[in-house]
Amino acid sequence: MSAIASPSAVALKNVARRFVTPSGDVLSALEDFDLTIAPGEFMAVVGPTGCGKSTTLGLIAGLARPQGGEVTLFDAPVTGVDRRVGFVFQQDAVFPWRDVLGNVMAGPLFRGVPKDKAETEARDWITRVGLKGFEHHHPHQLSGGMRKRVALAQTFINNPQVLLMDEPFSALDVQTRELMQEELLQLWAQAKSAVLFVTHDLDEAILLADRVAVLTTRPARVKSVHTIDLPRPRDVATLRYDERFIAIARKISDDLREEVLRARAGH
Amino acid sequence: MTETTVSAPLAADGRIETAVQRMRRHQRLVLALRLAVLVVLIGGWEFGVRLGAIDPFFFGQPSGIVTKLIDWTENGTSIGPLWMQIWVTIYEAGAGFLIGSAMGILCGIALGRNQLLSDVFSIYIKVANSIPRVVLGSIFIVALGLGAASKIALAVVMVFFVVFANAFQGVREADKNLIANARILGASNWQMTRAVVLPSALSWILASLHVSFGFALVGAIVGEFLGAREGMGLLIATAQGSFDSNGVFAAMIVIAIVALLAEWILTVIENRLLTWRPDTTVNE
Ligand SMILES: Nc1ncnc2c1ncn2[C@@H]1O[C@H](COP(=O)(O)OP(=O)(O)O)[C@@H](O)[C@H]1O
Ligand SMILES: [Mg+2]
Repeated sequence: MSAIASPSAVALKNVARRFVTPSGDVLSALEDFDLTIAPGEFMAVVGPTGCGKSTTLGLIAGLARPQGGEVTLFDAPVTGVDRRVGFVFQQDAVFPWRDVLGNVMAGPLFRGVPKDKAETEARDWITRVGLKGFEHHHPHQLSGGMRKRVALAQTFINNPQVLLMDEPFSALDVQTRELMQEELLQLWAQAKSAVLFVTHDLDEAILLADRVAVLTTRPARVKSVHTIDLPRPRDVATLRYDERFIAIARKISDDLREEVLRARAGH
Repeated sequence: MTETTVSAPLAADGRIETAVQRMRRHQRLVLALRLAVLVVLIGGWEFGVRLGAIDPFFFGQPSGIVTKLIDWTENGTSIGPLWMQIWVTIYEAGAGFLIGSAMGILCGIALGRNQLLSDVFSIYIKVANSIPRVVLGSIFIVALGLGAASKIALAVVMVFFVVFANAFQGVREADKNLIANARILGASNWQMTRAVVLPSALSWILASLHVSFGFALVGAIVGEFLGAREGMGLLIATAQGSFDSNGVFAAMIVIAIVALLAEWILTVIENRLLTWRPDTTVNE
């Protein structure tokens, strides 16, 4: 056996994930899927809708098992939900019956942190995501952007070493999305976790990530991986007008468009 | 209920103010019409009897019913003091309601959370549910005697299936995203049940509790009807036996008041427990 070249936070090798549809057919979501994310790296994944992005995240989070291949976290196989993993969902997944404080405290309390310590930490995180004063509001009293901030605080309070994000900002309006992207970059710069950020918005992927992986239509494989060598810290508001940004976007979007067109043709 | 939340922040807007006024006027109109309907119905009944169009022997008479109620409160009923009969029925229905809903919630959550349990037991529950439950009343009276136990048992059976079905459904409908989120945040199975599954199922469960207190009352009263020494059901049976239709109606009114009070208490509890829900009445 050859020595492992460098440690990886997340690695998928030859992964296959198949579903049996109600009609009895086998639907292949992932085949021969290979992807490696280094510790502290921000990886974005773009691909056509329905290609298998959420499925990939589910495998890494330990919410589902692959039918083939291997998924590892820090070079150990994933056997279930791992404490080092954080997950921000596409849809609202904050608990509607808990107020902001209760939502942010949930993780530490589940993990056995004493209540007063959890509350202190939670109040700190609520301040950091700009929700001070809203501790006792319930999710339905907050805007979509504020609920996303709750979700971020809820996830970051657990200090995840691997952060999985499934189109977290896709439901937000453009201005709010920009603010949230900026905020995410700041939080990530401090937390230094490895991030796998799924999006169908290529601009968003380039703005945020160190590398962008383009997936093929179903069954998803990694079609190409692009290194984004734009300097950090990045200014989310202006970077998209930068020439280097535009050059990168043009190159990747050709790749992506091909897959989107293929996905359309397949339907 | 929602008036303050509607009018306070929006009072400055003239148009909204007139809308609020219009709504109030509408509410007053509805109330007035409701009273009118009641007066016409009861008045028509009373006059129908007085004019000889309705036979009070079969259908009673409002004034007779009121007299009966006053007589019962002042002199007691033929089977003992009125409050005693009410208390016995409330006790049986209440005990049956508590036991039945607790069992329903426990079983609903256990089967909702555990696929194997639900696969094994769902068939038996379906079968048991298809038995007309009132029939069980006779068995309970034979087995448990004329006292409260047989009525409580019948009320339990009446309540259990409704609450069970709702709790089970509520657990099954729990948002998959919330469950995945809780698991990743670190929830154990028990924490998941307590912190996610139970709160999600709560609105389903509470909805079923509303209906099922009524069922518990039916269970208790039918049980008393079938064989008892006291209670509202026996009071009705006694009135029926002496062809006292005013007595039957008077007992019905007492039971209706009990049911409405219970409904009101349950609504208060429900609103307390579900404060986190968006207030849907405001933006209708
Ligand atoms: N539990 C499941 N059962 C059957 N098919 C599924 C299941 N989950 C996902 N799929 C299918 O797998 C494909 C990939 O889904 P998903 O990973 O959610 O796509 P996306 O890239 O949009 O996140 C889709 O065609 C979807 O219908
Ligand atoms: Mg998806």
